Amino acid sequence: DISDVGLKYHLELVLEDILDNDSTFNCTAEVLYHLGNKNLAPDVQFTIDRELKNTDEADNIFYNRIKSLEKELVAENIPDSHGNVPPEMEPIHLLAWAASGYVIWQNSNENTDFQLAQIKHVKQVKRSDEYLEFDYVILLHEMMSQEIIPWQMTVLWHPQHGVQVTQDTRQPKHEPE
Amino acid sequence: DQVLHIVPETFQQVQHLQHLCRNLLLDLWKPLLPEDIWAGEDVHIRIPAPLVQEAKTSLDLHMISYKVLIPDVQELVDQSMPKERSSHRQVPEGYVYTQYHPMEEIYEWMTEIQKINRELVTQHYLGRTFENRPMYYLRIRQPSDKTKKIIWMDCGIHAREWISPAFCQWFVKEILQNYESDPKIRKFLQNLDLYILPVLNIDGYIYSWEKERLWRKNRFPYLNGTCYGTDLNRNFNSSWCSVGASHDCNSEIFCGSGPESEPETRAVAQFIEGKKSDILCYLTIHSYGQYILTPYGSTTKPPSNNEELMYVAEKAAAALMGKYGTRYQVGSTSLILYNNSGSSRDWVHMIGIPFSYTFELRDKGTHGFVLPPEQIQPTCEETM
Repeated sequence: DISDVGLKYHLELVLEDILDNDSTFNCTAEVLYHLGNKNLAPDVQFTIDRELKNTDEADNIFYNRIKSLEKELVAENIPDSHGNVPPEMEPIHLLAWAASGYVIWQNSNENTDFQLAQIKHVKQVKRSDEYLEFDYVILLHEMMSQEIIPWQMTVLWHPQHGVQVTQDTRQPKHEPE
Repeated sequence: DQVLHIVPETFQQVQHLQHLCRNLLLDLWKPLLPEDIWAGEDVHIRIPAPLVQEAKTSLDLHMISYKVLIPDVQELVDQSMPKERSSHRQVPEGYVYTQYHPMEEIYEWMTEIQKINRELVTQHYLGRTFENRPMYYLRIRQPSDKTKKIIWMDCGIHAREWISPAFCQWFVKEILQNYESDPKIRKFLQNLDLYILPVLNIDGYIYSWEKERLWRKNRFPYLNGTCYGTDLNRNFNSSWCSVGASHDCNSEIFCGSGPESEPETRAVAQFIEGKKSDILCYLTIHSYGQYILTPYGSTTKPPSNNEELMYVAEKAAAALMGKYGTRYQVGSTSLILYNNSGSSRDWVHMIGIPFSYTFELRDKGTHGFVLPPEQIQPTCEETM
């Protein structure tokens, strides 16, 4: 407890890379939840004990596939109701996961527990530069309130430059009926 | 045919294995090709029956140690094939337990299950949902003169938790299919009756199939039909709406207009109240999170028999982990999850039923409510 500043947590975690045969690695992190301004995202510092698996080859294959599409990619409901993701959509799914991690971080406090529930909708936005751009509407599940929160996010990605969320807005819930 | 597990230790051993595979045309299961065999890495080879002796002799001669991974491949193949038709069919033919089923199919399944297991299974009417659908439970009971204690299990109180009704169906199938062959199951049923409610929130479940996959509540309309659904697991008469629930109909944890305001809640509560002196254990199945939760959610004050409750739950979690290594956390909801009030599990314990647990099945958020069908079998097997 850091008075006048907030609560700091020291964490020691074991993380699992589900894309690398569930191999594990250790992570230590410090998370500071700010007192006062509740709209400030928590500060996070972390270290991991080894290098992550190199994904250059798969990244480039995906990058080239999307760059060479004639029509912009559009998809809905990933995974579908039964939990299935078509193999060609898996990178889109993973990208959403990474990007949603940022959105979740920016909107978390000590009383929230968010998980990405589903990609409701994704649309590629063609760009003249080297980046890939995707406009997502994702559904976040918040454990305490059990709410499903739609969230729009604009995601930029490049094999060498990584993921960026350039814009994100919480969407209103709407009843289909 | 046998499958051998070998870990070659030296380059010479690797070479000899590669030699053996190519000469005897052996079926290499792991790795894919002989050239991928490396010292220190697992090798699995299937050896046709007539060559087993020759292969083993050759390995012995070269001081290569091996373990028999599968002593009889054919036996394994036979086991994994669909069961032959016999006069005693215990489960509806062709019903795929490793897929999610819509409500009409679950209704049909219940009828079929009772039809082909008349001695053990009866289907009973519990009540009606708001949209006027019948709620049925199955009673699995070994005929006997004595009154037996009851274990009650309900699934699907929250619509989007599809793995839950899938588990109830699996559970029934397992019990019935193995009743003849498994003495543990027979002994169990000698002393206990099983009451299984495969889908409690039928209207919500159907809505999650047809309209909104992540729907949670029932479909009772409020505010002149501008707002739908009560969280049935906040609607029971246990510190109703005191904490961890909402008076706002728009909320996913809306507690309803009063305790037991919903027809589905009343149907279950009335039944359990009537049988409470005979019910030994109450199980309610949810997802996700991988927890075995004990009372209470509304207070951190432990229940009177907390030690016993925890002991049994810890044993269950250990047994579960023994199957596939899946970790479940055990403890009271208010301590390890969040506060909630009006839950069925709390109410059941408060009226005197000693053992009351909420199971939150797989996973921990990677797939969440949308658990892929490949995980139905391992989830159900370990939970069983």
